[in-house]
Amino acid sequence: MRPTFSIIAFTVLSGTGYGLWFLLGIVLTLSRMGGDGPPWPSFVVTALLLGLVLVGVGLLSSLGHLGKPARAWRALSQWRSSWLSREGVAAIATFVPAMLLTGAASGAAPAAAARVAAPALIAGAFATVYCTAHIYASLATIRAWSQPLVVPGYALFGLYGGLLCLWPMVDASPGGRSLETAVAGVAVASALLKVRYWHAIDRQPPIDANHATGLARFGDVRSFEQPHTEENYLLHEMGFVLARKHARRLRGITLGLGFAAPVALALLALMLPSLRIACAACALASGLAGLFVERWLFFAEAKHAVTAYYQR
Amino acid sequence: MTTLPPPTAKKLGLVIDLDTCVGCHACAVACKEWNDGGEFGPLPDADPYGAQPNGVWFNRVHSYAVEQATGRGTRELTVHFPRSCLHCETPACVTVCPTGASYKRAEDGIVLVDADKCIGCQLCAWACPYGAREFNMERGTMQKCTLCVDRIYNETLDEADRQPACVMACPTRARHFGDLGDANSPVSKLVAEREGYALMPEYDYKPVNRYLPPRPRRDGCADAKTKAAPTESLDTAQLPGVLRWLDRVLSR
Repeated sequence: MRPTFSIIAFTVLSGTGYGLWFLLGIVLTLSRMGGDGPPWPSFVVTALLLGLVLVGVGLLSSLGHLGKPARAWRALSQWRSSWLSREGVAAIATFVPAMLLTGAASGAAPAAAARVAAPALIAGAFATVYCTAHIYASLATIRAWSQPLVVPGYALFGLYGGLLCLWPMVDASPGGRSLETAVAGVAVASALLKVRYWHAIDRQPPIDANHATGLARFGDVRSFEQPHTEENYLLHEMGFVLARKHARRLRGITLGLGFAAPVALALLALMLPSLRIACAACALASGLAGLFVERWLFFAEAKHAVTAYYQR
Repeated sequence: MTTLPPPTAKKLGLVIDLDTCVGCHACAVACKEWNDGGEFGPLPDADPYGAQPNGVWFNRVHSYAVEQATGRGTRELTVHFPRSCLHCETPACVTVCPTGASYKRAEDGIVLVDADKCIGCQLCAWACPYGAREFNMERGTMQKCTLCVDRIYNETLDEADRQPACVMACPTRARHFGDLGDANSPVSKLVAEREGYALMPEYDYKPVNRYLPPRPRRDGCADAKTKAAPTESLDTAQLPGVLRWLDRVLSR
């Protein structure tokens, strides 16, 4: 599949934003802040707003993929059957608890509202990422996507991105607990999941023209003339070959930038606490870059069934 | 609505005969011509007279050589393979649509796109394993075969002309249009008689269109390679002098 920048930016940035909101929801629920509970730590407002920026930019970027972006509101109507529609509904609904919490944390809304908004933010953030993943996982025509590790992958990578964002903010706030071990743990889990995913998709049998044409019983099918001399929409959109050619190297870059470097930086921060903020910032930059490569590969490596007719 | 209608009794579709299709692309051209000016058109072309022309077509005709092992070596069977929307009974292209633009008609099972509702997310094209949908870059919306819904019910046309344009144009009558939900319709009888098959049934989208397989070739028609005469032996000593001389001259 052709990796479109708008969709990669949408899934990575909004995934990271929802991951951040999910973590904040957990922090706020567990610490029972708001009302007569303990005071809000200073990073909460910043983190909620950063989540808002990431989610907002991600969702706006997704509009860039549409042929008719002005009609995007129509996508909220078919939630009964379409995961894309469900994703839109969940994304918009999640803004409500996020805004309420931002208001409560900055004093504009009653602090007690956080008691309800924090669990709602956890549920909304998870539901949105779950729906995003299912947009791809529900497409049986693309075998690399319709397999069981895609949904947990989207959830885990969103959580990981959120954790990478939270780490420097928590470190910079006075009295904040350090997140090094959590970052290293989630990074290792993410890397293991991704390696298992690649292992799984490499073992999927390809769909060939024998099968696609139903002519297998007559012999071995070879295309001797294409239906058109130039590229058409299908080949442009679904006949992307480059990534599979360089898959090994790109997978190495994903693992190195996305997961190995942040783990190394987390260990460094544990050994040299004076460098921890610098380590956290570098880990965020490296980890997000790695997630972009990971997402580019997720799209670019996937092969669509229709390419079998073209023997591509 | 992109939820599917209850199963329709009437299942309009095409039956394509791979035995008689000669790969002339007349169906594709006639389809382009009708639909470019029809209710669901235009079907735009980008750079039509330039170096890399491309555009929206609802029909694409592939040409395949099928290599067969026979008792006397291999031979190749030529199969021209028109590919278009199969108007599936349970199509994923309809259910993935977030806006309701992609829909299946309850009255006859035709799968259509409402261009006024389409937001151009292209998810339907990703969901179709048969490559039936092509995106109109100019308009920003998706397009697909309409089974010439603006011909088949068109009362301004003669009754004999109320057929999809591709069916009308086919010079070898390799395309047949009819109700595949009615077991007694001519198309259903043709499918039963010739063992017509559905493409990639494992997707469970239940295509309505059927393909009629190529008929078996007669053994005597094996290709030239396998029919090449064995080398004959000739004892030149047995020949009369003139012919022996001729053989020597020709052998030089």
